Amino acid sequence: MAIRNKNLVGLLYLAPALIFVLLMVLIPFGQLIYTSFTSESLLGGGKWVGAANYMRIWNDSNFWKALGFTVKYTVYITPILMITGYALALLTAPNRPVLQVARGIIFLPVVIGLGTSSLLWFWLFDQQVGLFDRALVDLHLAGNMIAWFNNANSALWAVIISVVWKVVGFGMILFMAAIQGISRDVTEASLIDGAGYWQRVRHIYFPLTARTILLVTLISAIGSMLAFEQLYIMTAGGPNGLTFTSVYWVYQSSFIKFQLGYGSALAVILTAIIMAGAAIQIALTARRAA
Amino acid sequence: MSDAAIGQRRARATEGQMVSSGRSVGYLMSAIAVFIAALMLCPLILSFLDSIKTTADASSSPPNYLPQALSLENYGKIFSYQAGLWTYVSNSLLVAAFAIAIVIVIAVPAGYGLARFNFRGKEVLFLILLLPLMIPYQALLIPLYLNFAKIGLANNALGLALIHAMLQVPFSVYLMRNSFEGVPRELEEAAVIDGAGSFQIFSRVALPLVLPGIVTIALFAFIASWNELLAALILMSKETQFTVPIMLVGVRTGHFGAVDWGALQAGIIISVIPCVAIYVFLQKYYVSGLLSGAVK
Repeated sequence: MAIRNKNLVGLLYLAPALIFVLLMVLIPFGQLIYTSFTSESLLGGGKWVGAANYMRIWNDSNFWKALGFTVKYTVYITPILMITGYALALLTAPNRPVLQVARGIIFLPVVIGLGTSSLLWFWLFDQQVGLFDRALVDLHLAGNMIAWFNNANSALWAVIISVVWKVVGFGMILFMAAIQGISRDVTEASLIDGAGYWQRVRHIYFPLTARTILLVTLISAIGSMLAFEQLYIMTAGGPNGLTFTSVYWVYQSSFIKFQLGYGSALAVILTAIIMAGAAIQIALTARRAA
Repeated sequence: MSDAAIGQRRARATEGQMVSSGRSVGYLMSAIAVFIAALMLCPLILSFLDSIKTTADASSSPPNYLPQALSLENYGKIFSYQAGLWTYVSNSLLVAAFAIAIVIVIAVPAGYGLARFNFRGKEVLFLILLLPLMIPYQALLIPLYLNFAKIGLANNALGLALIHAMLQVPFSVYLMRNSFEGVPRELEEAAVIDGAGSFQIFSRVALPLVLPGIVTIALFAFIASWNELLAALILMSKETQFTVPIMLVGVRTGHFGAVDWGALQAGIIISVIPCVAIYVFLQKYYVSGLLSGAVK
């Protein structure tokens, strides 16, 4: 009796959270799947259309373009973020006051909104008034002010530069904590054995922080696969619709073109892609916690 | 090698910092780190300097790094932008306040339940609470929008707050569970002996001890809500309900294609201030929260 009672009390504490997730995630997810089989529209009406929306996705070259661009963005930015983040972590890991301040400043853009930072960089990259462009010209790195967003490739790089500025501190802090968490005995032993700095990085820091590297890579890649704000603000999907991302395409189909049924089918596919990555992330997190 | 010699070498080895060796290398690393930090700060400083230029100066091409003359013209414009800056700021603050309240009411008891009770299916229930990590909210906005429109939660601060709270549930529950696990059980056992009931133990004994954790989840909820754009864009279609990020996108779009760059910078600075203030003054909570939420 006492045991069953204790079960019940424990459940009671979890109840608000469970009800919330049920109402805000599980039921809507069921509705999303149902809607994806209908012709639901923001203008009303919606009939069961079977797998028609999914068939349409299969033939929708815009969807494949958007997915392709999202994957390209993710494949480019993830290694850049991991390498710069890790390099900054190595650079600022010793607990000297000046390095702590540097670390604090490098992390600062993480707390700013992605929308805000995208607007900031939209200005810095502007061909007429952009100070990033002006600085490139003054440093003789560019002949004249660059029109970053007239070309899909330079637009991609502009977005990557802005997002690296915004989020590199996130990886840095997590990597730094992992590096600082390595037992001093291990590093001291390697010093006695005469290991050089790069040898230590390669044979001690990398292997002993591998789990964090994997985890941060996953978090970062999932975030990039869900990119929206930076492209909505900086490129608006242009030029010629070449920089739409998957989430942007769901938004565009559902809320600009009012095709909720079709948008739902796109969202279901997006969820399937994200779930795979997130499942690994949770497994990694849970194992350490257990 | 004698013990003394090993000791000596060991001492010499640890003299250098853990990750660098030699004093000059250390100085070089510090110099590089300071240079990078200065570079990282540039965009925000340039934005601030732009915001205090005159409107004409802020739109001049080629642009100037420094203001030709100081002016609050741009801030004046952003204060009176459309429905007025205060409308958007107060909308954002209201949404954030609701989101913080919802997150605390949900995550704190859930963290306690997970940390202190052992019951069948607990692991599964924990995974259910982590579901918002697996099902991206970007995908759920269609059904949520349709549901909210039916029950009057579209164009409503509470509706947007519910979505912002959802984003924070996995992290917050996880952090609160870890916080409660850090509270020594002896304290609660002593309270049991004194005849306290379960809820009394939770609210009187455990809760005050996890206050830092609660502050942390509140901070994260505030920053996430204050900055969130997509859900706000979808849910809020009435000008008077716009939050600060939607307002900024509006300023960017401008009138008849001409962007008011100075006003945009003033808006950016205003939207950045609360986040930077929280970060600077409560960095301890913020960074420790990030580390325990993402790594442990």
